[in-house]
Amino acid sequence: MSVTEHPLRKYTRPHVKKTTTCPGCGNGIIAQAILRSIEELGLSMDDFVFVSGIGCSAWIPSPLFAADTLHTTHGRPVAFATGVKLGRPESHVMVASGDGDLTAIGGNHLIHAARRNIDLTVVLVNNGIYGMTGGQTAPTTPRGLTTITSPYGSMEHALNISEMITAAGAPYVARWTTYHPRQLTRSIKKGIRKKGFALIEAVSQCPVQYGRVSKIGKAVDILKFFKKNSIRIDKASRMSEEALEGKIIIGEFADKEKVELSSQWLELSKQMMQEEGESCHVKS
Amino acid sequence: MSKNDDSRLPPGTHFMMGNFALAEGAVAAGCKFVSGYPITPASEIVNRLSVLLPPLGGGFLQTEDEISAVCSAIGASWTGVKSMTATSGPGISLMQENIGFAVATETPLVIVDVQRLGPSTGVPSAGLAGDVVQVARGSHGDYQIIALAPGSPQDMYDMTIRAFNLAETYRVPVFVMPDAFIAHMREQVVIPDQSDIHLVSRKITAQGTDPMTRQDFHDPNVAPMPVFGRGFKSHVTSSCHDEHGMRNLSDPTTMHNYIMKPIEKIISHRDDIIEVDEDYQNGDMILVAYGSVARSVKEAAIRAREGGLKVGTLRLKTLWPFADKEIEAAARAASGMVVLENNTGQMFPYIKAEAAAYCKVNFMGPKILGQIHDPEDILSFLKEINA
Repeated sequence: MSVTEHPLRKYTRPHVKKTTTCPGCGNGIIAQAILRSIEELGLSMDDFVFVSGIGCSAWIPSPLFAADTLHTTHGRPVAFATGVKLGRPESHVMVASGDGDLTAIGGNHLIHAARRNIDLTVVLVNNGIYGMTGGQTAPTTPRGLTTITSPYGSMEHALNISEMITAAGAPYVARWTTYHPRQLTRSIKKGIRKKGFALIEAVSQCPVQYGRVSKIGKAVDILKFFKKNSIRIDKASRMSEEALEGKIIIGEFADKEKVELSSQWLELSKQMMQEEGESCHVKS
Repeated sequence: MSKNDDSRLPPGTHFMMGNFALAEGAVAAGCKFVSGYPITPASEIVNRLSVLLPPLGGGFLQTEDEISAVCSAIGASWTGVKSMTATSGPGISLMQENIGFAVATETPLVIVDVQRLGPSTGVPSAGLAGDVVQVARGSHGDYQIIALAPGSPQDMYDMTIRAFNLAETYRVPVFVMPDAFIAHMREQVVIPDQSDIHLVSRKITAQGTDPMTRQDFHDPNVAPMPVFGRGFKSHVTSSCHDEHGMRNLSDPTTMHNYIMKPIEKIISHRDDIIEVDEDYQNGDMILVAYGSVARSVKEAAIRAREGGLKVGTLRLKTLWPFADKEIEAAARAASGMVVLENNTGQMFPYIKAEAAAYCKVNFMGPKILGQIHDPEDILSFLKEINA
């Protein structure tokens, strides 16, 4: 029997033979979308630094990707990534982490990185629940859903991450589901190429926790749910709030050019060093 | 110096505030990335560095909170840049989790803690040495850090350079711990020629592009750092990891090494790290102090000796790692010991544990917490205990 190597295997660490994700998890689709983006853009893994936080999706780059990877504390990957980008502006810095990590405990960093417009590509995996710790309510859990910490149904409203980060000023924001891997890949590519803060929200399935408590079912059932309930952003703009209840709005929320932070740092230093050089010249 | 003067101070003798001297020291040490959140009494440090850094090819990032400040400084350090963050006690409290991250990932970093009166929001502009234990013990788990205690604006300059050198040598977070008094004190500061300043930069790995064939962590003699962006494919995690940086949560020996090797890195080099000023003779009543209190102690010792008392001093310039041998040596020589701190006795139990077998050890706080000891009060105390 001949074994065909996965075409993206060359981008992963040779000694890593397995991932930590559960069968049916959306992480595999998203990891492939990231690696395909890098391949299709003709970039090298050495051009990247991958930063992740804590939670299932933080395991997408670490230890899998054969690149510089920084696996950080819960909620803080965007803050770490900001320092990496300012320390080494020539690197592509990508954050891959979950909705709990990036919008609950780490929400403030995400908002301010978008506001600053620092050149990071954030792939935010939104599975609507805390998967790793056993299925607790997340800021993204739909109201009414019964979880292990909302046994009588969640009484809180879910956060609309892409809208929030668009409002914070990010020049590129897109939301897709794991039912849309091609669109997801295209947006990750756009995010990498965008000189500025890019958020790609990947609505993903957690069959083990979310599938169970939502009673939607297994991985394929959740993907079918995504297919049935996704509405393109242009169509959604013509629909009422009631009609959009329970729907997933997909597409690009923002795509514009905006002055970026790390290039301004470089420009300021260049300008001041030049002036300093000139004044030294005058003195001598 | 004018506020808008974007140039470093030239070599020579200057009259300046402690916080400004610290900023000059950071620049002299080669610091290029500074992050921070505005906080009294530390703000002047980043105010000054935001002016000084851009023309040197660096910059200051004002973060959304102190958590982000320490995280971004760690991130920048992993790109090979000398990095620093400056704050006060409330900021340190917020940073604690990620100070542990810097310890676990062996990240060179300088953290300035200009200590103010607490607990909680307390009094921002009054000094209290309230953080001397929290910087060493405040993050969860078991670990060691290095902490230096400046006692003058000159120390703010010199010790900041030393803090960077120690951070780069040992791949550890190093604290510079003035209190509000030293930070806002204006005094003479001598700035040497840059060429006379001894500077250390971290060793960078030269062992190829596969972390599985390298030792990136857990060397008691400090592993070369696999900094980002050079094709090293480094794996960095603060979770328990092996010498290659790969996560391992099942092997007990790896767990032991993960805790113990970074500790050994500091403890086995303690003679190189620890500095004390010793001014005592056999049979002296030895006054032990650090930071601003050491200034009052010095004055009190001069007056006591003039009055015929046998009094010596021991000043801790390094708070951590703890100067256990130096304390023991002093205790063996002393007729007795008085530990003086501007708090209710934070270093006292550690000092007493080393000294009590050899002499009686007393503690003296200031008459009013948050005020530096009056030398006359110290003399009265010495009379009370029949020194």
